[in-house]
Amino acid sequence: MFSFRHIRTLIDKEWAEVFKNKMVLFTIVLMPLLFTALPLIMLYATAGSTLPGGDMADLPELFLSVCGDMDSASCMQVYVINQFLILYMMLPLIIPITIAAYSIVGEKTTRSLEPLLATPISTEELLTGKALAAAIPAVGATWLCFLIFQILIPVTGASQQVRAYVLGPTWLLGVLVVGPLMAIAAVNFAIMVSSRVNDPRIAEQMAAVLIVPVLALLFGQVAGLLVINQQLMLVVITALIVIDIFLIYLGARLFQRETILTRWK
Amino acid sequence: MIRTENLTKTFILRKNQPPIQAVQDLTLEVNEGEVFGFLGPNGAGKTTTIRMLAALIRPTSGRAFINNLQIGRDDTRIRRSIGILTETPGMYERLSAEKNLSIYANLYDVQDVKGQVEKYLRMLGLWNRRMDEVGSFSKGMRQKLAIARALLHEPRVLFLDEPTSGLDPEAAKLVRDFIEELKSEGRTIFLCTHNLDEADRLCDRIGIFKSRLIAVDTPENLRQRLFGRRVVFHLRKLIPEWAEVLRRFDFVKEVFSVDNRLVVRLDDPEEHNPLLIRALVECGADLQFVGEIRHSLEDIYLQTLQAEE
Repeated sequence: MFSFRHIRTLIDKEWAEVFKNKMVLFTIVLMPLLFTALPLIMLYATAGSTLPGGDMADLPELFLSVCGDMDSASCMQVYVINQFLILYMMLPLIIPITIAAYSIVGEKTTRSLEPLLATPISTEELLTGKALAAAIPAVGATWLCFLIFQILIPVTGASQQVRAYVLGPTWLLGVLVVGPLMAIAAVNFAIMVSSRVNDPRIAEQMAAVLIVPVLALLFGQVAGLLVINQQLMLVVITALIVIDIFLIYLGARLFQRETILTRWK
Repeated sequence: MIRTENLTKTFILRKNQPPIQAVQDLTLEVNEGEVFGFLGPNGAGKTTTIRMLAALIRPTSGRAFINNLQIGRDDTRIRRSIGILTETPGMYERLSAEKNLSIYANLYDVQDVKGQVEKYLRMLGLWNRRMDEVGSFSKGMRQKLAIARALLHEPRVLFLDEPTSGLDPEAAKLVRDFIEELKSEGRTIFLCTHNLDEADRLCDRIGIFKSRLIAVDTPENLRQRLFGRRVVFHLRKLIPEWAEVLRRFDFVKEVFSVDNRLVVRLDDPEEHNPLLIRALVECGADLQFVGEIRHSLEDIYLQTLQAEE
């Protein structure tokens, strides 16, 4: 039977350990704050400016569909901050990697894994607890920063059209749905790697590979090869659900208590 | 309480390498309230055995039961019903002693977490340091904390893997005393140790193990089986004929002299010593002391392993 007490205890333990480390806490807080400040600064800097030539010819053709009947200045701002949407989606992926990658291999190095596995905790509870302990702060920090971003947008002088856009379905799907799904994928992948390697650094390096597909989205949009809109979001969400299910299944299959205990040197 | 039937564990490390048989056909029964010493050289498979019995790893073949629960079938229930002290304490060093124990009390589904944590912190003399990070603890304190962790849920069966390893004599004594206390509470203790003196003092029975069980019995019976019982008579002066006098008794198995001492091997010194003493005195021997030569567990252990090799 799934014990929520075990999961809660494990999350509590992970947080108590992680947040004792001020540097980890700093990295969890710093990056979301940066990712919040940067689009605000960009919006403030570009407020009221127009595109050279007064039209939107320099923007990728694919992107123009996103702008609809916006004026050129608003369209440019939307184009700029749309890159930051990808960063917002990346946050729940980047933040938990350190915590998740360390979660199993860290217990191996401190020799605390054996007493932990000797308790009645099941593998599913262990993996869920570890995953949630890494994912919750990441998703929470991202959502909090998004809220701050929404509150501060009017201060930047961004037009009503821009403000409406960042509160529209594309951004909401990105931050509220894709973000958590990214976090689930990231922590499950990182924990899976963490349970198979013997060095926390290797776990972190390998887990960082996950950033690559998200960067591909960013560069794809900048290069005009794709555009982040509702349709793309729905495709990404569907793909992530499949990936998450696969990673959760694979993680549970690959987590072999015996191998972890006996092969660890 | 603990029962194994032909328990075997084989590790296959690489496909092109021969398998390693860590535990071979271990058949054993440890009774309720017994302290069982599991002795063997490094790499003998003791930790593997404990891991199998603690439902951490699966046997390759054979069966094992803890409290009538079968390993491999009732693993979660077994883990809930036993306490284990692993080879290394493995505490969370950044967390306080109290926090460490609270975590485990919750994982073991203890009802009164605060009460149990306090009970064992006090019992092991760590209450005043409960808020300190475990990283600042000495090795002995960590070991005590790990023992407390193994006891939080009041298991009736305990597996202790090298509980005094690397501890200074004072800390080791403290841990030993605590094990004695647990023994007096009637808990079943499966003790792996290299400290043979400790095993001799604490264990009701011992098993000498090197991938397979070579010998198992009480230390006293093993002693008797290997060396018999020997009594030494310290005399002011030794006359060789006195040895001959003692040899005439049919219960005497062997007599030899060393300096001014006569060493006699016999089965029942309590019964026959008075006869021997009387005979010596009647011969005019000045008897200074009489004592039993007690072979250490180390002698038994080394002799058993040597015979095995």
